[in-house]
Amino acid sequence: MDNLNITHIRSLFPILHQEVNGHPLVYFDNAATTQKPLSVINALRQYYELHNSNIHRGAHTLADRATGMFEDTREAVKNFIHAAESQECIFTKGVTESINLVAQTWGRKFLQKGDEIIITHMEHHSNIVPWQLICEEKEAILKVVPIHNDGTLNMEAFYQLLSPKTKLVSCVWASNALGTINPIQEIIAAAHQQNAVVFIDGAQAGSHLEIDVQALDIDFLALSSHKLYGPTGVGVLYGKRALLESMPPYQGGGEMIKEVSFERTTFNEIPFKFEAGTPNIADVIAFKYAIEFVNQIGKPAIIQYENNLLQAFVAGINGLNQELGSERIKLYGTADNKVAVQSFLLEGKHPFDTGLMLDARGIAVRTGHHCTQPLMNYFAIEGTVRASFAIYNTLDEVEYLVQTLGKILKR
Amino acid sequence: MTCQELQDEIIDDFSLFEDDLESKLFYLMDLGKKLPEMPAEHRTDEYIVKGCQSKVWLFPVHKDGKLYFEADSNTEITKGLVSLLVKIWSGKTPEEILQSELYFIEKIGMSRMIGSQRSNGFTSMIKQMKMYAFALNQAS
Repeated sequence: MDNLNITHIRSLFPILHQEVNGHPLVYFDNAATTQKPLSVINALRQYYELHNSNIHRGAHTLADRATGMFEDTREAVKNFIHAAESQECIFTKGVTESINLVAQTWGRKFLQKGDEIIITHMEHHSNIVPWQLICEEKEAILKVVPIHNDGTLNMEAFYQLLSPKTKLVSCVWASNALGTINPIQEIIAAAHQQNAVVFIDGAQAGSHLEIDVQALDIDFLALSSHKLYGPTGVGVLYGKRALLESMPPYQGGGEMIKEVSFERTTFNEIPFKFEAGTPNIADVIAFKYAIEFVNQIGKPAIIQYENNLLQAFVAGINGLNQELGSERIKLYGTADNKVAVQSFLLEGKHPFDTGLMLDARGIAVRTGHHCTQPLMNYFAIEGTVRASFAIYNTLDEVEYLVQTLGKILKR
Repeated sequence: MTCQELQDEIIDDFSLFEDDLESKLFYLMDLGKKLPEMPAEHRTDEYIVKGCQSKVWLFPVHKDGKLYFEADSNTEITKGLVSLLVKIWSGKTPEEILQSELYFIEKIGMSRMIGSQRSNGFTSMIKQMKMYAFALNQAS
């Protein structure tokens, strides 16, 4: 981490340089959304100032330019996740839409009565509800892999649930509430032995983990731009070509057709088959600059740096508990292999109160159930306080959070 | 004391903290702790205020044409918030409650203190208490 110039990185994020409630902003809500570097902000502005046009159809210079820029991002995504071809990368509104797309197209076509879908106990609601809906429609069965107390998956139970009836396994790569990194390579290999398709929810993986869909043999992967230093309203659905081609269209409209008559419509090739209507052009174009930002620093450096922040926070909390003579702060999600996300609760304090107290000192954290109510039920809690770290956070900020928590507890 | 006098007292108390948000929140939590304990048999789902992110219970007691409120919450800051309303309105007639305007909310900088989501929840508490006052007014 010595070779990373965090001061320089911070200077690329204008939003970080402000006071909140009389204190310098400390932004630890990165798992909800990351802040955006200047290159992304400028790309948005420049798009509307210089290039705005509808893409893929117009026969004029601006349209051609905008189309090129839009497709450049697809290429950047392809390289970012090491896909075989850029056509396998579909732009969506976000991870939620990516999951719904597969549930409603692949699910509608291939699921039959009595088939099983496996998810895990630590899924975000967006990786639960779409599967519930399609299971209900097709009379398929949703199975849930339980977890251990440290927030890791019970893999023994996973193997017991897996059977020839399993048609799809959908699993979060890194848990948004706990930070746990799941052994997706093992999950994918096991699922493939049963000829099941695997969907990976990569919402939290995008900015924190190395992604190689071919090496991991991922069938479907969903990514979010706004959790990866890019604009909101853009997501990616990666799917293997053969799978995407076998699926019916998701929404009907412009762009997704080859020919339309009142008798019959034929559909466009992938990825356009799944991109009906005018897409979120500006934000997709700006997303490329977010990917470049991550690439310039490099994933290994990011992973190591963020892990240092997480370790420093955990050590700080342990130190605080020791100083206070008991476990006054309880950590949720203590797996060895984690992204830089830490859930916790202060003894006797509701997470909302802790959140407001931290905000009064300029610290932004997330409080609540993090859209993972089944997971909160597992721990028999209503919610947690969650601190999540990004490349622009500093060890000083982590120390300030620990000190502030200590101050709240000692009062 | 009238509703107005009680509100002025709250404004005075909070003005001591000037812009110190943290101290205001600690003070709110202390106020919450001073609320009399709500009998468990009244802390039921029926008396939960709808529209609050955290749980808030409000139980109205009618006595001699006046309304008294028992209140509780599962979060300390929200309990402090509801205690402010109890302070102003407990022991007042339904007319007094229905006619009073809560100008203290803006004067103490409530929305900056608790954010917009909790401000909405606070509005729900006010509505609920006014509903109880309205109901008692109709009944009498």
